[in-house]
Amino acid sequence: MDQIIVQILNGLDKGSAYALIALGLTLIFGTLGVVNFAHGALFMLGAFCAVIFNRLLSLSHKVVDESRTDFLGNPMQVDVPYVHEWFGQAAGDALINWSVPLSILFAIPVMLLVGVIMERGLIKHFYKRPHADQILVTFGLAIVLQEIIKYFFGANPIQTPAPDAFRGSLDFGVWLGFDPLTIMYPYWRLVYFFFAAIIIAGVFAFLQFTTFGMVVRAGMADRETVGLLGIDIDKRFTFMFGLAAAVAGIAGVMYAPIVAPNYHMGMDFLVLSFVVVVVGGMGSLPGAVAAGFLLGILESFASMPAVTQFLPGINQIIIYLVAIIVLLTRPRGLMGRKGVMEE
Amino acid sequence: MSKSTFTRRGVLRTGAVAGAGLALPTYLRAQDSGFTNAPGPDSVTLGFSVPLSGPYADEGADELRALELAVEHLNGEGDGGMLQTFSSKALDGTGILGRRVEYVSGDDQTKSDVARATARSMIEKDGAIMITGGSSSGTAVAVQALCQEVGIIFMAGLTHANDTTGKDRKANGFRHFFNSYMSGAALAPILASQYGTDRRAYHLTADYNWGYTTEEAIRASTEAMGWETVNSVLTPLTQTDFSSYIAPVLNSGADVLVLNHYGGNMVNSLTNAVQFGLREASANGKQFEIVVPLYSELMARGAGPNIKGILGSQNWDWKLENELGAKYSGTNAFVQSFGTKYGFPPSQAAHTCYVQTLLYADAVTRAGSFAPCAVVEALKDFEFDGLGNGPTLYRGDDHQCFKDVVVVRGKENPENEFDLVEIVEVTPVDQVTYPPDHPQFGGAEATLGTCNNGA
Repeated sequence: MDQIIVQILNGLDKGSAYALIALGLTLIFGTLGVVNFAHGALFMLGAFCAVIFNRLLSLSHKVVDESRTDFLGNPMQVDVPYVHEWFGQAAGDALINWSVPLSILFAIPVMLLVGVIMERGLIKHFYKRPHADQILVTFGLAIVLQEIIKYFFGANPIQTPAPDAFRGSLDFGVWLGFDPLTIMYPYWRLVYFFFAAIIIAGVFAFLQFTTFGMVVRAGMADRETVGLLGIDIDKRFTFMFGLAAAVAGIAGVMYAPIVAPNYHMGMDFLVLSFVVVVVGGMGSLPGAVAAGFLLGILESFASMPAVTQFLPGINQIIIYLVAIIVLLTRPRGLMGRKGVMEE
Repeated sequence: MSKSTFTRRGVLRTGAVAGAGLALPTYLRAQDSGFTNAPGPDSVTLGFSVPLSGPYADEGADELRALELAVEHLNGEGDGGMLQTFSSKALDGTGILGRRVEYVSGDDQTKSDVARATARSMIEKDGAIMITGGSSSGTAVAVQALCQEVGIIFMAGLTHANDTTGKDRKANGFRHFFNSYMSGAALAPILASQYGTDRRAYHLTADYNWGYTTEEAIRASTEAMGWETVNSVLTPLTQTDFSSYIAPVLNSGADVLVLNHYGGNMVNSLTNAVQFGLREASANGKQFEIVVPLYSELMARGAGPNIKGILGSQNWDWKLENELGAKYSGTNAFVQSFGTKYGFPPSQAAHTCYVQTLLYADAVTRAGSFAPCAVVEALKDFEFDGLGNGPTLYRGDDHQCFKDVVVVRGKENPENEFDLVEIVEVTPVDQVTYPPDHPQFGGAEATLGTCNNGA
């Protein structure tokens, strides 16, 4: 029983990431009709926003410490962060320590801008082209983005720790009446789950309860009619692309302490996120979220030693297996709308 | 309407003449010397096949830095590095056998097929006489087999699987880096003294050739001293989040987690293990411990503070001579050259590639010939010193170097970004030596075969 709870908890944070990425993919597909293979790269860029922000806060100048020597025997040059001088050592350290959550403030405008530039500069030229062309150009863009990141940050993962207050694990089992140390769950993963829930709820509320959201939903349903009413739907859709990029970006920011950012992490999530979108139903936002959590949890269960010893390799194919079963029984996915991608 | 002037005979004739023309230089080179890619009188070309993209790109970049440094030193430029400390005095900074050393480099992408294609291109197009570099046992085994086929010497870079000089050993291939067996043999006594002999281990193992041999070696060594292996689970190479594998460990009855992972896998699995509280946990009345059999400074940098207190093994460490004295001479000379040129200390991947290049050049010089079989004879059972690892033997039976193994631990309070591991102990070479027909190395059936001069 304890193992089942552990794997459900594990699935929740993985599912949260899948859901957030799939939500953005579905938003872009639903509004612009573009299959965006660069969406995983946006998640990766978000994670690197956390890295960059951490490095900005840690920007230092060298002070020679004559009492110590470096690896070549020369007087040691010690890095003193500027934030120490500006805000004092305690406040400076606190800023660096909390750099991951703070970098959300940095990532939102950056990712919105990246999204808008991507849409206006490249993707809008491919609206009327076949989906295969869109896939090729966005996939190419993803490769370019990850190579740029690799050029500047190298290929090895870069540790971006959570604030000290969230390091360590919660003894979840004790709450449920199990022995101590039976079900441990890292604090930051709990934070990630609740964060994802808030973002998802926020996006839904934005689309559901604001005039802007209403226009976007109307545009998703019938773009031409909305245009005929004198509304510039293109501008709103460009903003939605930026919003989807920002959602992927902050999902990446908050994921940075869970898996150390590396240039390839977007690709690792991209294919799975597309499967999530297809299983959830093309164009369905609730479907994307539900499928994200469902597949995240199933993947966790399939990775249990008891399962892999019985069915070796099942953890690597479970998502695709489920996708096949869902598509055979419900060809439009779990919550797919009639008419989407069916022309 | 235009009429084509191509005829079947014309095309065949042109093709035959062109083919013969293209093949002539190689044929002539081979015929006048009796071996592939015999160098001209002025220069000799070495081939550096390193991962410049993919998960081990940072290791590859460091290897390339060291290889470029080795070329400089061989050509008499810079401060000479380890040429000053090397016990063999055959090299004098005038290139190799009077020829200026040049090099070509290529990206193996840590993929066996790409590595093979890159090496083949260097050999066939660029005329490389020797191939070195690489950061994976998969690519090492693939390139070594190619070099054996075409008659080129392969001086392996970072490859730790037993197979490279075990069941896949080749007469034209040589490995300076240590191997999984040596890691197990070096770590076992330290693990016994640090954690006791009554321990229960849980292995997470990368699902490929290196993972299997490392798990086998560590299990054999730890079980021999009384540890019990509770479970071992294979993890996909592409895995980035290991939480599903880590979460069951605490309830498995184990009190030690052995991570048979390398590169990004190791950074992620260790980070997950620390996040799940394994470092603070206790099991079976003992403090829970984590062991990483193969350490790398670059990985330690990636894992950050999570590496603190974790034991592992290394082929070499840049602090060896400073901390353990002149036995490890050559270390400081190399660190000085490398550090002055690049601004940071070299990794063990850089060290092994640098040393391999010097060893090759020295063997050619002592043999007085670039012919692969002459080089093989010169390296066979060659004993040397002054290259940073203390007295070392290139064993003739399997072309594996035998030297001390460094056991390290993640430092609790690093003084700077390079000071990430501390040397716990150096396990003497006698304790990590094994017979050439050891079962973990292919048993009695494993042979080098005969050396191939190519041509």
